Amino acid sequence: MSKYAVNKFLFQIDRDPELLAGYKADPEAMVARWEAEMAPLLGPWGQTVEKSTVVTLTPEERRMLVEHDYVGLFEMGAHYFLTLTIFIGIYEEDYMARSGPLAFQKEYRDKLSHWIGKQYPSVAL
Amino acid sequence: MATLSAVLATTHHPFFYKATELTPPEEQMPQAAEWKSKVESYRETLTAAQPDLLVMVGSDHFHQFFYDNYPTFLIGKQPRYDATFYNEVREFSMPTYELEGHEELSGFMLQGLLDRGFDFSVSHELKIDHSIICPIITTRPDGDLPIVPIYTNIFAPPLPSPKRFYQLGRAIREIIEEFPTDKRIAAIGSGHLSLELGGPRMFEDHGPDPEWDLQAIEWLANGDIEAILENVTWESMSKSGNATPGFLDLILMLGIAGPEKAAYVDQLDLYHTREMYMTWYPDGDPRKEAAA
Repeated sequence: MSKYAVNKFLFQIDRDPELLAGYKADPEAMVARWEAEMAPLLGPWGQTVEKSTVVTLTPEERRMLVEHDYVGLFEMGAHYFLTLTIFIGIYEEDYMARSGPLAFQKEYRDKLSHWIGKQYPSVAL
Repeated sequence: MATLSAVLATTHHPFFYKATELTPPEEQMPQAAEWKSKVESYRETLTAAQPDLLVMVGSDHFHQFFYDNYPTFLIGKQPRYDATFYNEVREFSMPTYELEGHEELSGFMLQGLLDRGFDFSVSHELKIDHSIICPIITTRPDGDLPIVPIYTNIFAPPLPSPKRFYQLGRAIREIIEEFPTDKRIAAIGSGHLSLELGGPRMFEDHGPDPEWDLQAIEWLANGDIEAILENVTWESMSKSGNATPGFLDLILMLGIAGPEKAAYVDQLDLYHTREMYMTWYPDGDPRKEAAA
């Protein structure tokens, strides 16, 4: 499991409107591009010289990111703030237009309801 | 020596500006007017203290800092600070700011913290996020005073203990009072009561643990650090909501205020979270002096 890699993906995509739009439109292509072009570079800020060989996704992590599987991401211990923020960025407007304010946030919450009263998966790395 | 004229501890709600200023009145949430009124009353507690400088305590929410290098405690030392990140504008419609800094007090604070065993990180290119901009919006919306920003990690566990946050507050208090100036300094910090983000208890009609919120407010309002240290742990906070460790920054603010009763205590129960507005006056309550 490589929570660091998943969190790095969420951090980097969420802070760039073009990448975020790409992740919304074609998640599989965006994840593939990130793995090829961004994950192998040191740090989260987009420098292009120093390489990093420590950031790799497992097949299951790749699947969760490709499928926008925020329940799975919660359950593997990806950071809740990064996960919530990026998927609000992707889905909120569409849900709002269809079902009103906070519709996406409430659906997200309710899909996690089986965790109420239990100890959540740790976000510690 | 400097005068510490006020200590403010508050929750920060990034939707306040959008909910009360940007949403047309007919579409506002039912509590919008009450919320705005409470914030304006709270703002007066800072205005009355006539500050010249602000020491601001907050926490970066994965805007500038990431797991490649996440500082536990960090101070900014810059002549000015940009504020509000792209994804905060996107999600919260928050305004951007350019805030003046105070390099001399930043440097004095950094050295004073190192001398007291708090081995801080320092940034000379720090951008400020909503943990500091929310209280600017609520308590000093003109953003017209120089700031010294202090960031803590309340987000990426493992975290320092509640006791350490309190002790850090005590150290900050000492250093402010040793700063050789005739200026009046206010310390403003924001954090959370019980809060859930990205979990099964978020965006409910109330915060995830409304009873704990009331208890926490009572502890802070009474300056009851003993009860806090007896009862508050990482585990206990996490049980009340996965983002509840933001309470640590309110414990830090109690450290700056000291184990004293607050002069001003207010709160507002909202959907998703409860807001808290608290002020101490270490140099005497200027509102009483004005009335006398």
